[in-house]
Amino acid sequence: MSQIALWGAVELGLVYAFVALGVYLAFRVLDFPDLTVDGTFPLGAAVTAVLIMAGVNPWFAAAVSMLAGALAGLVTAALNVRFKILNLLASILTMIALFSVNLRVMGRPNVALLSVDTMLTPFYGNGLRDFMVRPLFLLVLAIVALIVVWRYLESDAGLAMRATGANARMARAQGINTDRQIYLGIALSNALVALGGALFAQTNGFADVTSGVGTIVVGLAAVIIGETLFGTRRILIALIGCVVGSIVYRIAIQLALSSDSLGLQASDLNLVTAVLVTFALVLPRLKRGVLSS
Amino acid sequence: MIVLDNIHVVFGRGTPLEKKALAGVSLTIKEGAFTTVIGSNGAGKSTLLGVLAGDVIPVEGSVRIGEADVTKLPTAARAGRVARVFQDPLAGSCGALSIEENLALAYKRGQRRGLKLALGHHRRKLFRERIAELDLGLENRMTDRMAMLSGGQRQAVSLVMAMMAGCDVLLLDEHTAALDPGMAEFVMKLTEKIVGANKLTTLMVTHSMRQALDYGDRTIMLHGGEIVLDVEGNNRRNLDVEDLIDMFRRVRGQTLDDDELLIAE
Repeated sequence: MSQIALWGAVELGLVYAFVALGVYLAFRVLDFPDLTVDGTFPLGAAVTAVLIMAGVNPWFAAAVSMLAGALAGLVTAALNVRFKILNLLASILTMIALFSVNLRVMGRPNVALLSVDTMLTPFYGNGLRDFMVRPLFLLVLAIVALIVVWRYLESDAGLAMRATGANARMARAQGINTDRQIYLGIALSNALVALGGALFAQTNGFADVTSGVGTIVVGLAAVIIGETLFGTRRILIALIGCVVGSIVYRIAIQLALSSDSLGLQASDLNLVTAVLVTFALVLPRLKRGVLSS
Repeated sequence: MIVLDNIHVVFGRGTPLEKKALAGVSLTIKEGAFTTVIGSNGAGKSTLLGVLAGDVIPVEGSVRIGEADVTKLPTAARAGRVARVFQDPLAGSCGALSIEENLALAYKRGQRRGLKLALGHHRRKLFRERIAELDLGLENRMTDRMAMLSGGQRQAVSLVMAMMAGCDVLLLDEHTAALDPGMAEFVMKLTEKIVGANKLTTLMVTHSMRQALDYGDRTIMLHGGEIVLDVEGNNRRNLDVEDLIDMFRRVRGQTLDDDELLIAE
């Protein structure tokens, strides 16, 4: 694997680190299997691309993307909480609807961000090669996001969210409005995923309506790899695991695809992903099996 | 003070399985009173507790806890007034969270939860002190997951949690039923100590006639969703388990199957 390919894998891993943090909030903190993210990732990309092309400040565009993602999350939460639709199904409904919404937002299947300023523009050309600037920039943003999520989950309000996912009945007995926690958590989760989409568009220079396919699996892969590598005991460790897991996942994929002996090609990506996630899911079980026998 | 006025609860209304769980229960409990509640399975004991906690909203009647009419308030909205310990040790705490995190949750029961650190230095110290009072050695395991504790330890911690924030009433739902005899005894002594020290208005549901008479200062018996017995003071002091069963037979005018009333000890 070339140096550029490695930096590229790290860059993509860091973009999806935001997805991983969002997926962690939904799946692990709230115990809410949320597939909305397959729609909110391209939604974030679409909103950012369209706004930037319209001359809006790229930072502001990313913020609007987060808002759009949060709104999509609220729809899923409302379908589940208000209308009692099974959480998984509620999120699939929103996801499907978002495909059309994303096409509407962009007006066509993809938008290219050519010769416009992005969040990264000011950081280019200061001595570092461009392919290094992007991951470094993303790393700083990912660390900021990680600290914000961490600090929130360690607060009284965050603890209420964790209790909602861990034992809803107990949470209610402690005066926690569990419905409100689901709204808040799923909105926050999807805002993070949409931010990932916005950063994807800005670093890759385009938004595409199909870029959301498999977002959930990639996010989950990052979370699970992180848990396998770091454990789950402490919130901070688990969150760092999400970010590192996302990078490790991308490097593993890159290695698998670039290895000549395996004979894989780019179109095998989804298959490789599925195998990798399955492996990461089964591994802890195997470890336990070995220990107990 | 707690006032239940003509409470009716119906489950599955309008279906073939319609069941009247409470049929016009009225009950006034004085501030600081410790009342024990007994009755056979399906008598309405848990429903009664549910009505006070907010899990069950009555179709008729009103509920007052302290100064407030809470009849229509859902569980979370009245949690500031109601502390509870559940029968299932797993139900009353979060197994996935640590002991101190569970205490932090309970510390803010019924209050606004802001962005302040849930486990600051001051709170950690306070929680440790409270847990140390149990004398179970748990103060050295504050960061252990609740799931790693035994059922009895969890119930003991649940009692400490119930006392972290103020309340107008403490609800105990057969909180020793799932424990081995030794631990049940420990948790009951602890309960008595805590209730006495804080002069708490307490309602304890129990399957054990012995427990119902040994603890508290008033005993009510439910059957078929109605209060069929209500004793306190000298009348109660002179009762023993046999009398309780006789009384039950008289009031209902029927004989009992052994399994209808589970009599522990």
